[in-house]
Amino acid sequence: MFEYAPAPESRSVVDIKPAYGLFVDGTFVDPVDGGSFKSINPASEEVLAEIAEGGAQDVDRAVRAARTAYEKVWGPMPGRDRAKYLFRIARIIQERSRELAVLESLDNGKPIKESRDVDIPLVAAHFFYYAGWADKLPYAGFGPDPKPLGVAAQVIPWNFPLLMLAWKIAPALAAGNTVVLKPAETTPLTALLFAEICQQADLPAGVVNIVTGAGETGRALVEHPGVDKVAFTGSTEVGRAIARAVAGTRKKLTLELGGKAANIVFDDAPIDQAVEGIVNGIFFNQGHVCCAGSRLLIQESVADRVLESLKRRMAQLRVGDPLDKNTDIGAINSAAQLARIRELSDAGSAEGAERWSPPCELPERGFWFAPTIFTGVTQAHRIAREEIFGPVLSVLTFRTPAEAVEKANNTPYGLSAGIWTDKGSRILWMADRLRAGVVWANTFNKFDPTSPFGGYKESGYGREGGRHGLEAYLNV
Amino acid sequence: MTATATSARSDLSELGRSETALRTFLHGLPGVDQVGAEQRAAQLGTRSIKTTAKAEAIDLAIRMVDLTTLEGADTPGKVRALATKALRPDPADPSCPHVGAVCVYPAMVPYVAEVLRGSAVHLASVATAFPSGQAPLEVKLADTRAAVEAGADEIDMVINRGAFLAGRYSEVYDEIVATKEACGDAHLKVILETGELATYDNVRRASWLAMLAGGDFIKTSTGKVPVAATPPVTLVMLEAVRDFRAATGRQVGVKPAGGIRTTKDAIKYLVMVNETVGPDWLDPDWFRFGASSLLNDLLMQRTKLTTGVYSGPDYFTLD
Repeated sequence: MFEYAPAPESRSVVDIKPAYGLFVDGTFVDPVDGGSFKSINPASEEVLAEIAEGGAQDVDRAVRAARTAYEKVWGPMPGRDRAKYLFRIARIIQERSRELAVLESLDNGKPIKESRDVDIPLVAAHFFYYAGWADKLPYAGFGPDPKPLGVAAQVIPWNFPLLMLAWKIAPALAAGNTVVLKPAETTPLTALLFAEICQQADLPAGVVNIVTGAGETGRALVEHPGVDKVAFTGSTEVGRAIARAVAGTRKKLTLELGGKAANIVFDDAPIDQAVEGIVNGIFFNQGHVCCAGSRLLIQESVADRVLESLKRRMAQLRVGDPLDKNTDIGAINSAAQLARIRELSDAGSAEGAERWSPPCELPERGFWFAPTIFTGVTQAHRIAREEIFGPVLSVLTFRTPAEAVEKANNTPYGLSAGIWTDKGSRILWMADRLRAGVVWANTFNKFDPTSPFGGYKESGYGREGGRHGLEAYLNV
Repeated sequence: MTATATSARSDLSELGRSETALRTFLHGLPGVDQVGAEQRAAQLGTRSIKTTAKAEAIDLAIRMVDLTTLEGADTPGKVRALATKALRPDPADPSCPHVGAVCVYPAMVPYVAEVLRGSAVHLASVATAFPSGQAPLEVKLADTRAAVEAGADEIDMVINRGAFLAGRYSEVYDEIVATKEACGDAHLKVILETGELATYDNVRRASWLAMLAGGDFIKTSTGKVPVAATPPVTLVMLEAVRDFRAATGRQVGVKPAGGIRTTKDAIKYLVMVNETVGPDWLDPDWFRFGASSLLNDLLMQRTKLTTGVYSGPDYFTLD
């Protein structure tokens, strides 16, 4: 009856070049061996640009540039001057936020309302926040005169391309390090636009270097003997390989890896808001979120009621064109990720869990997966144990708070958890016992630059964000 | 499901007989998380309603307006003019729909009735010692009967907030039941005055109380206290009517009133209705806006959509 007419954000605000080089020592250069790959729009499979593939020699060149900049310019520079550059970058990000949001949605497939209202504002907030720390490091709690580490090698994932860049680059630069960053191969475009922003901000050459490429490029970067610090966000499998590679070296390492978070709903929860939290927990960013609330634990006495509300709410989700301002769920980032989501979902059905999706029409081209829930899931199902990294929710039930804690902790991961109850004392009791780096109470997927973020167990180590996030980039 | 729904139905009708049962039920409703409710309302406000969808929404919103004047200075001349406008909001465009109702004080009802006679526009009157409700019950009921006799087919009553906040739920309930009876065939809108109830938990409880007692509509505000209708309050009330229908099978309408002045705001409310309770409520029989200046903004935007240009405010009538 009330059909929303298409409301597409204009893509003319962003100017995508046909080809991009590597950003090394303040300029865009061609890779030594001339390799390249294509970045596509996952919503249409249209090729967006040709991207340079960095090899070992390119990585070496970037690390050397970063080393020179660290020793000659950025390391000796007083914190108050580094802060000026970071503030300038933050302001340019705000000024160009529409352009960045559209480009992020084109390259990643996430809905424009998320890139516009969540990703880009948080990116700017991170730069503003860490800019404030640059001249106050003696007061961060790491001694009277904490020193930077040197050159940081940073490898980031495709789910929040520019936000993960900000989480890595802002604290590194504030602390006085220089960086070589490798964006994910499916989503390099906003990092390359960020390189242009560094030029626009007159950031000294070599302080930020962006080397694009796939896994081999990343390996060359983290294994390079000239780096002092490795920071990685991505899968637990790759994280393990990196930990092995840097073992026995001087390199300081932080890892932010996978998750299989429990979102726990008690019988006294505010149900309408809990349902919003469940939806936000698993369908935000197509479920491509390491801290996604992918395991829903509902107290059995309210399970039917919560599920009924959840299904009614899911029927309202609008799946489709990421650039339409009314889209809630965009495209899956790549064919490979779609195949993985399909494989695990099929395993869920094969193992006997009950699958449900609201009626929804998916576009023909591009990579799409309807929002899906599995009920009747047990701890023994693969979909309750393995990270799906897609819009797929596994629903389990529990009877008592102790059982909720036991089930929530019964996973090799420990990145995040959610608690929904009206009882404050229970929130504190649960938070004490949940082995997860972040515990959200009556909310989910809330991020703020002042708040540290990171995991327990196989979800990694080290913290990003807040005062704690500085430690990873200081010699302490 | 049918069995549980039926038994739930009979249980609910018994609630009003005992203060304890009523209190246990109202305090057993799921709580409302303030941050979450406000965030959801804000999210719904970011929907982008353009072109054809906007044109449809504007016409629907016009049909949902309860064109209101509730001033001590109201005169027969003033309310006649308002009623005339209700019938034909845009004299320049016959395709423009009429509004939902005209809403006035009981003393003004006869003058409005003369103008509206024979039309599809409803005639609402506030009653029950509006806006404070601080009068003896007999006075409130007499107020109601007088308005109905004078020609009102919708009564906007106020609940006894003093009794509600003191926890005397039965008293509030009984007053609504008595007013409903005094209404006869007229529809009863129950004003919760959410600005005085302060918490969303109270809004949800008052909504259920009003519905259990037989209200046909629940309405946010009188427009006479500083905080009137807000999107999160309306969201909580929409969730209440949705859950009430699921439990009892009876559909109750919702009317945000006060402070809604722009087309943009009105469309946000329609989006909220659409995505919270669905198309069953997207009808003037089930959703109304209590407003006065909103209508001219809707007309202005409507003209802009049909002609492509904005007209100055002088092209729209001030009544």
